[in-house]
Amino acid sequence: MPFLTIVYALLFYVATALLVGGLAYKIRQYAKTPAPLKIPTTPAPVTRSGVALRMFRELAFFESLFKSNKWIWLFGYLFHFGMFLVLARHLRYFTDPVWTWVDLIQPFGMYAAFAMAAGLAGLWARRFLVDRVRYISALSDHLMLALLMAIALTGMAMDYLTHTDIVAVKAFFLGLMYFNWQPLPQDPVLLLHLALVAALMIIFPISKLLHAPGIFFSPTRNQVDNPREQRHLAPWAAKLENK
Amino acid sequence: MADFETPEIKEYPVIPHLQEGVMAHSKPFVAKEEFQEQLGFPGELVDNWEQVALDKMQELTGKYRGFQVFLDSCVKCGACTDKCHYYLGTTDPKNMPVARQDLLRKVYRRNFTFAGKYFPKLVGAVDLTKEVLDDWYSYFHQCSQCRRCSVYCPYGIDTAEISMAAREIMDCVGVGQKYCNEIIGKVYKIGNNLGLPEPALVDTLEGLEEEVEEDTGVKVRFPVDEKGADVLVVTPSADFFAEPHVDGLIGYAKVFHEAGISWTLSSHASEAANFGMFIGSYENMRKVSMRIREAALDLGVKRIIMGECGHAWRVAYSFLNTLAGPFDFLDPNYPVPQHILEFTHDLIQRGALTLDKSANDDMIMTYHDSCNVARASRMGSRPGGQFTIPRDVIRASCNHFFDMPQETIHEATYCCGGGGGLLTDDLMELRVKGALPRMEALKQVVEEHGVTHMAAICAICKSQFSKVLPYYGFTMDSIVSVHQLVSNAIVLGNKQ
Ligand code: HEM
Ligand code: SF4
Ligand code: SF4
Repeated sequence: MPFLTIVYALLFYVATALLVGGLAYKIRQYAKTPAPLKIPTTPAPVTRSGVALRMFRELAFFESLFKSNKWIWLFGYLFHFGMFLVLARHLRYFTDPVWTWVDLIQPFGMYAAFAMAAGLAGLWARRFLVDRVRYISALSDHLMLALLMAIALTGMAMDYLTHTDIVAVKAFFLGLMYFNWQPLPQDPVLLLHLALVAALMIIFPISKLLHAPGIFFSPTRNQVDNPREQRHLAPWAAKLENK
Repeated sequence: MADFETPEIKEYPVIPHLQEGVMAHSKPFVAKEEFQEQLGFPGELVDNWEQVALDKMQELTGKYRGFQVFLDSCVKCGACTDKCHYYLGTTDPKNMPVARQDLLRKVYRRNFTFAGKYFPKLVGAVDLTKEVLDDWYSYFHQCSQCRRCSVYCPYGIDTAEISMAAREIMDCVGVGQKYCNEIIGKVYKIGNNLGLPEPALVDTLEGLEEEVEEDTGVKVRFPVDEKGADVLVVTPSADFFAEPHVDGLIGYAKVFHEAGISWTLSSHASEAANFGMFIGSYENMRKVSMRIREAALDLGVKRIIMGECGHAWRVAYSFLNTLAGPFDFLDPNYPVPQHILEFTHDLIQRGALTLDKSANDDMIMTYHDSCNVARASRMGSRPGGQFTIPRDVIRASCNHFFDMPQETIHEATYCCGGGGGLLTDDLMELRVKGALPRMEALKQVVEEHGVTHMAAICAICKSQFSKVLPYYGFTMDSIVSVHQLVSNAIVLGNKQ
């Protein structure tokens, strides 16, 4: 087994473990921390299903952001929706036989990469051009965009410029999943692309990317507006009553 | 008038360029030892305050899911940066909601996250130093906890929650704010924010009875501590004598009179305000709330109705059941508590009041949505009732009503500039500058529709506007209570 294959195999095991473990830890923390007071941003839905719909609109359309700022919405939506399609397209490397719907979206996935890169470029430009956004940006905010942009560009490079042996890449990842390791093609662009992805996975649970699980737990968005109808009491607050 | 310049109202509202540090000098007076200790906080900065503050921060992240999730989730997208009236009015970048949060978040990161512990420079994490604490004291007292930023953040990050937590941490290390903490102390000692003792309250109300009888020839009652009344009314103490608040109180009394429903105020709970919320203290907020429960039990009422007040309505609507419930001893046919506007609105709907709109013909009205009512509570059974019910009541009471521009009302409403425990003279510059977006919107309807008066349903908004309107060239009496309009229009003795 080539040395680099072993390095990358181990890298992806570690990255996956950190991603899953880290996210599980944070999600558990969010779920276990009580929300002692009803603080939905109103007007808010008065039923559970209403809340589910509100949350769906936030996830699927970035509703609040749309109200807020059309430029950020446009770039953010291009980036996320593009990334979503690109990720879905990547499922073909992990499934055998490839699921039909994954096959069907392959052509869209190609354009999605451009949308993703364009969105990232727009978001990044704002960090330089808008004085307010420049003020709130730390180095890590730039690096995060650089990382995602580099992933997108190396990925597109393989589509349009250097081409790699994707059959072998698929064999490598299926091999990882079934503990039957296969050699990884030694293409520099591919190696770079994969290293960056592993880095993203490792960073995910210790960075602002926690916004993805966070939004589900945001009390201003996920609470039902029914404080008069139903008494809402956190365990630690209930203890005060017995004093 | 003062040693600062009132911002200029531009033809169109513009998002200003930032000017660093221009409001760093703005700080409210610090609470004295005796007022700190009354609330269970240390009297002055404790020796190991850094550790105490960090312990408190950790405790709060474990107690409040919102605080924890908000600290982790911000992506610095910038969507909130132009949403705060204090940023728009002062141009100080630390008044951008995300930058305000970051004052606390950078300390959270430094001490409680992997990235901040090992790569502080990379993520902008810093240690808690005296300079940072000073910045907290300054800028967490430049947030009126109005939640406008939360509406526009893609994750609903609510800077109000962060500033409440920050104030709680500061209280716990011994640097509390004079205005809020003194007032909470007065509520414990005397029963209301203004420190108005029971005999004075009784006197004041008797005076009002006489005044209304002189005006109208009808004996409209203002009862206090009457056992067995149907309804306990809890209203901000400013309603007892400040202008234009008191005209609102007269309105409530006339409505009860016409409805033929017995009601009473309570000298024990002679205050609807609950500044415990502003300082983020669950315990103090609960203690202040319990007075309402005690009064309701003691007087044996069937319902609780809250007077016109913004944050008080938030605490009452959203938190009272949690803090002082359950209210199973009250009449289950009515929500607990109700807003006085829900009550009046319902009577109007049922045709139980006769209103002569022409009595208000000398005014062309607009309406200011108070932030806590708009974004942190509801009225009626449908979402958004907090916008329609007050407007319905205004329209039923007067002939001329025009709304301010869409992006400045309803959930997008701008704070008056004095909410969240900032309604104090030592913050006058901030209050004047923070009122700018509202003043711009008002000016627009003044010019387009000849609006002469603005109605509000919040004691803080009313006091704040009386004070700042003149800075922008309006008269101080152009702010009125919604129930003042009802009071003017109501025809007494019609429905017996
Ligand atoms: C539940 C799924 C997710 C939702 C609802 C969501 C939503 C959002 C929204 C509304 C923004 C702000 C607007 C913008 O800057 O684009 C944002 C920013 C961002 N998101 Fe997500 N996101 C999700 C998942 C992800 C994932 C999986 C990643 C990365 C792998 C990611 C990476 C980013 C980055 C880097 C930014 C900051 C962009 C900037 O620097 O301006 N998001 N997200
Ligand atoms: S809560 Fe209101 S005052 Fe505070 S930061 Fe947000 S918009 Fe500004
Ligand atoms: S809108 Fe929300 S996520 Fe964006 S910068 Fe402001 S607080 Fe952070």
